[in-house]
Amino acid sequence: MSQAFTQRHIGTDVDAQSHMLATLGYDSVEHLVSAAMPASIHADLFRQDGDSALPLAATENEAVAELRALASHNTVKRSMIGLGYYDTFTPAVIKRNVFENPSWYTAYTPYQPEISQGRLEALINFQTMIADLTGLTTANASMLDESTAVVEGMLLALRASKSGSRRFIVDADAFPQTHALLANRAAALGIELAQVALNEQTTAEDLGDYFGVFVQYPSGSGRIWNPQTVIDLAHEHKALAVVAADLLALALLKSPGDLGADVAVGTSQRFGVPMGFGGPHAGYMAVRKGLERQLPGRLVGVSVDAAGHPAYRLALQVREQHIRRDKATSNICTAQVLLAVMAGMYAVYHGPQGLKTIATRVHERAGALVAALRAIDVDVLTDAFFDTFQINVPAGAAEVVAKAAASGYNLHQVDANTISVSVDETTTLADLSYVVGAFGGRSAFGHVDFDAVQHGLPTDLDRTSEFLTHPVFNTHRSETSMMRYLKRLADYDYALDRGMIPLGSCTMKLNAASEMEAVSWPEFAGIHPFAPRADVEGYLHLVRQLETWLTDVTGYDTVSLQPNAGSQGELAGLLAIRGYHQSNGESARTVCLIPSSAHGTNAASAALAGMRVVVVACDELGNVDLVDLHAKIAEHAADLAALMITYPSTHGVYEHEVGTICAAVHAAGGQVYVDGANLNALLGFARYGDFGGDVSHLNLHKTFCIPHGGGGPGVGPVAAKAHLAAFLPGHPLAQSDEHYLLSSGGVSATVVHAGGPVSAAPYGSPSILPISWAYVRMMGVDGLKHATGAAVLAANYVAKRLENSFPLLYSGENGLVAHECILDLRPLTAATGISVDDVAKRLIDYGFHSPTMSFPVAGTLMVEPTESEDLGEIDRFIDAMIAIKGEADAVAAGRWPADDNPLHNAPHTAQSVIEGEWEHPYDRATAVYPLASLVRNKYWPPVRRIDNAYGDRNLVCACPPPEAFE
Amino acid sequence: MTDTSSLQYTAEHEWVLVDGSVATVGITAYAAEKLGDVVFVELPGVGSTVASGTVVGEIESTKSVGELFAPVNGTVTETNDAVVDSPELVNSDPFGAGWLIKVEFETLPTLLSFAEYSALIGE
Repeated sequence: MSQAFTQRHIGTDVDAQSHMLATLGYDSVEHLVSAAMPASIHADLFRQDGDSALPLAATENEAVAELRALASHNTVKRSMIGLGYYDTFTPAVIKRNVFENPSWYTAYTPYQPEISQGRLEALINFQTMIADLTGLTTANASMLDESTAVVEGMLLALRASKSGSRRFIVDADAFPQTHALLANRAAALGIELAQVALNEQTTAEDLGDYFGVFVQYPSGSGRIWNPQTVIDLAHEHKALAVVAADLLALALLKSPGDLGADVAVGTSQRFGVPMGFGGPHAGYMAVRKGLERQLPGRLVGVSVDAAGHPAYRLALQVREQHIRRDKATSNICTAQVLLAVMAGMYAVYHGPQGLKTIATRVHERAGALVAALRAIDVDVLTDAFFDTFQINVPAGAAEVVAKAAASGYNLHQVDANTISVSVDETTTLADLSYVVGAFGGRSAFGHVDFDAVQHGLPTDLDRTSEFLTHPVFNTHRSETSMMRYLKRLADYDYALDRGMIPLGSCTMKLNAASEMEAVSWPEFAGIHPFAPRADVEGYLHLVRQLETWLTDVTGYDTVSLQPNAGSQGELAGLLAIRGYHQSNGESARTVCLIPSSAHGTNAASAALAGMRVVVVACDELGNVDLVDLHAKIAEHAADLAALMITYPSTHGVYEHEVGTICAAVHAAGGQVYVDGANLNALLGFARYGDFGGDVSHLNLHKTFCIPHGGGGPGVGPVAAKAHLAAFLPGHPLAQSDEHYLLSSGGVSATVVHAGGPVSAAPYGSPSILPISWAYVRMMGVDGLKHATGAAVLAANYVAKRLENSFPLLYSGENGLVAHECILDLRPLTAATGISVDDVAKRLIDYGFHSPTMSFPVAGTLMVEPTESEDLGEIDRFIDAMIAIKGEADAVAAGRWPADDNPLHNAPHTAQSVIEGEWEHPYDRATAVYPLASLVRNKYWPPVRRIDNAYGDRNLVCACPPPEAFE
Repeated sequence: MTDTSSLQYTAEHEWVLVDGSVATVGITAYAAEKLGDVVFVELPGVGSTVASGTVVGEIESTKSVGELFAPVNGTVTETNDAVVDSPELVNSDPFGAGWLIKVEFETLPTLLSFAEYSALIGE
C-alpha cells in the first residue's frame, strides 16, 4: 500500500500542523477555518455529508492506471485534417529538457525579471522568430490560440484605425472556427462583420466602408493568392490589414510584412508542439512599427541592469489590464509561455535552413499527393497551395473520408462534395499511398514519376527576405549544444524546483509528477481537435468526469472547459449573463459593478463583453462598501447586468457579508459573477453556487495544479447555474454539444451549451486536463478539504509570525485571513525609505521569489504559501523576512546610508561582489550570504536590479546582438 | 526656475501658466512623483480643439498611466516635442522643460491658486 497522495501533496504533516495551530491558538484546522470563514456560507448548511459526486481518493498508481484506460478509448490516427492544426515532431531534446522539465513548467510569469532571465531569453527568441518570419517589427510573447489572436487583431485594428467605421471585412476563405469566434466577439461589441470572397481582383467597391480587413494566408482551403491588392486597398481607406499566416509556409512565402500587412497573427503549434486535441499552443501576434503600444498581452523587452549590462524584462506593462482595467488593450494576461518557449526552441534547433527544408519537404509531399490523385483522375480543386488542397468528389466525400479513416487516416470533409487534405512534417510517402488508396487508386501511387511532378509556389510570392539570421538560431545544431543551452537558461531561473514562490493570488502549489504523466502520451497529445467523435471517446469521458467533479465542488449545475485562460473564462461567463438578459428581453442590462479591489482583468473582460464598468468602493477593512453598493444598485436598477466579486476577496479575506451582497444584486435583477481566482481558500468548506453565485470561472492553473509554465498555459473553465447553461460557449466543430447538468434527482442529465465559442478548439486546451483530473481523483473530497485547511493554516501562520515585523493590512473574522495575507510595508517605507522593490529584490539574495508586489494595494506584499510548502520552507521564508526587516531597521538607525545598503543594492550577483574594490558599508558576505545556510545552497541571480524605465523609453523587443553581452 | 506660486492649478494635478490668451499646461511635481518614471507621453495634435475637463493625452510611467485633461476650452497651438522624445523631462523638470501643451482659449475658467492646490495635496 503506497502512501496516500494527499500526504505527498500537502507539505505540512500532523506534527507541523499542531505546532502551527499552537502558534495561532487553535486546536484543529477545522476550528481555525470555521473561525475565519463566516458560518453562513459553510457547505454543511447546503448539502448532506456524503452527498459528493467525487469518488474516494485513488492512489497515484491507481489514478495513472485509470488515465491509461481512458487513453485507450482515444484512437490516434494520422491526421490530415489541417484547419490550423498539424502533426509535428517535437524534438526529443526539447520534450525532455523543456516540456517535461519542472525548471521550465513550474516557473511563474516573469514579473521578477532578475530571476527569470532564462525564460525571458527564450521568449525573446520566440518574439524574434515571429517578427522575422512575418516580416514585421515587433511580436509579443504569445496569444492564446490563432482564432483569439485574429479577434485581438480585429480589436487592435479598431483602436488604431482612423477610418471611424465599425465594419470589419473577413476573408470568406478562412478557418471555420475563426469565423465563429469573430462572430461571437464582434456581436458583443457592436462590430459589423462582412464576409467577402477576397482575391487579386477585389476592388474598393467590393469592400465598402471598414476599419480593417482580415486575410487568411494561405487561405482556409489551402489556396495561395496574393493579398497585396487587398492590403493596399485597406491602407487607401485608412483601414488596417490583419493577416493570419501559417508560420511554416512563411519559410517559403513572401512575408505579411513584405506585403504591407499591419498585423500578423497565427499559431506556432506546428513548431514542435503536439496537437493535444486542440491545445495548449502558443498563438502569436506581430505588428508593424508604430503599433507596439497597441499590442495585447505580454511583451518582452531588453533593458539594462544596475551594472549597465543588458537584461530582459516585460515591457510596456501599462498597456495591460492590471493597470488600465477596462481601458486595457485586451483582457488576456496569462499567455502560453511554455508552448512559446518550445516553438522558439524548435526554431533555435532547426535554424532557418532547417525550417526551409521542412517546409519544402511538406510542400513537395503535398505536390506528390496531388500528382498521384490527378493521375487517377481525381478532381483536385486547388492549383496553388502550400500543404493543403481541396478535392471535388460529387456526393462521395463522406464515403472517401470513411474509407481513409478505416485505413487510419483522418481527412477533412468540407461538405457532401468536397474533401480537404493537409500534409505536415510527419507525413511519409507510405501515408500518401494510403490516402490515394482511399480514392480507389493505391496501386497508381507507385506509378507517379515524382521527379516529373511540378512543384512551386506562385513566383510573385517567393520569399526573398532573410529570417532567423541572429546567431542563436544558427548555433545549436548538435543535441549536445542544444541540451546545454536549455540547461543554461533553466539555471538562470527560479522555479518551484528551487524553492517556495509565495505569490499571493497565484497559488503556486505542487504540480505533482504523477499529474503530469499523461500529458505527453500520444493518446492525449496526438489527437486533432476536430478528429471524429469515434476517435475521442476517452477524452469526452474524461471531460464529462471533470465537468461533474468541478460542478460538485463549486455548487453549480454545469461547467464548460472551453476557456483556455482565466480571462477567457471571465469573458465566457459575462457573455452568458449578456445572453441570458437578452433572452429575457432585457438587453438594456449592461452595467457591471466591480469592487475597486478587483483584479483589473475583471474590468477588461466586462468591457469586451459589451458591458459598462461601474466601480464599487471598498471600506477601510478592505470589504465591499455596502452603502456604496446599495447606492450603485439603486442608481442602476434598470440597467444592472451583473456584479463581479472575488471570493475570498483579493484582499485575502472571507468577506462576512457576501450572502447579503449577492441577494441585493439578485433583488435588483442582476446576476452575480464570482471570480474563482481564490477558490483555493474555499474548496471543501464552501461553494460559490450555495451562497449566491450564478456563474464563476475557475483557474485550473491555480487551484487544480496545472503548472504555470512560466506564464501559461492556463485553463479557465466557466461554471454556472442551470439558467445560464444555454449561453455557455459552444463550438461549431465540437464532437459533442452535450455537457453534464446536475439534476435534482441525482440522475445524470445533460445540457447543450449553445453560446458562441471563446476558444479556437471545442475543449480549449484539453491535453492538460488530465492534470486537474488526476489531482481531484487522487485527493478525493476529503483530500481537497485538507488542502484548503492546510493553505489557510499556512497563511495565518505566516501572518502571525510576521506580525511584529510587518503589520497585516486586512483581516476578517477573529483577526484571521484566508489563504493569503497582505503585509503592509508602507510604514517601513515611510520610516526608512526602504521600498517594496527593495525587499522583493533582497529576498533574491536570501534565495526566495518575492511575494506579489503592490497588488491589490500599492506598497504591500501579498504572501500565499499554499498547502504544498512544508514547515521548514515556510519558516525559512519567515526568517528571511524578519532578517530583512532587521536590515531595514539598520538603515533607519543610520548604520547604513539610505542609498548604499544591502536592500537598496539588491540583488547581488557573483560579479558584483568579486570584481573591483569593495566600497560598500556592509561586507561581501552580508551581500550574498546573509544566512550561513546559503553557502552551500545559493541561487545566484544572473543580473542586478533591472531598470524598467530605460527599457520602456528605449523599446527593443528582439534578440540583442551577442556583442551587447561582452 | 519656475515660480510655482505664480501658477494656477487643477484638481487633476496640472499646472497652468496663463500668458494673454494662451495657457501652457503641464503636470505638477506631485503628480510626476506619484506616477514614477515617465516613459511615454501622448499629446493631442496641434490645431485640435479641446474641451475643458476632457482627456486629451496620456502620461505613461513604468507602473501607471496618468490622463492629461484639458484645463480650458480652446485650440492646441503647440505641443512639447522635446518631452515626447525624452519623457523623463516630466520627472526632472515638471514645471519647466516638462511642459506638455499650449492652448489658446477665449475665457479662462476658475482654477486653483497655489495655496488652494498646496492644501489639496496636503502640503
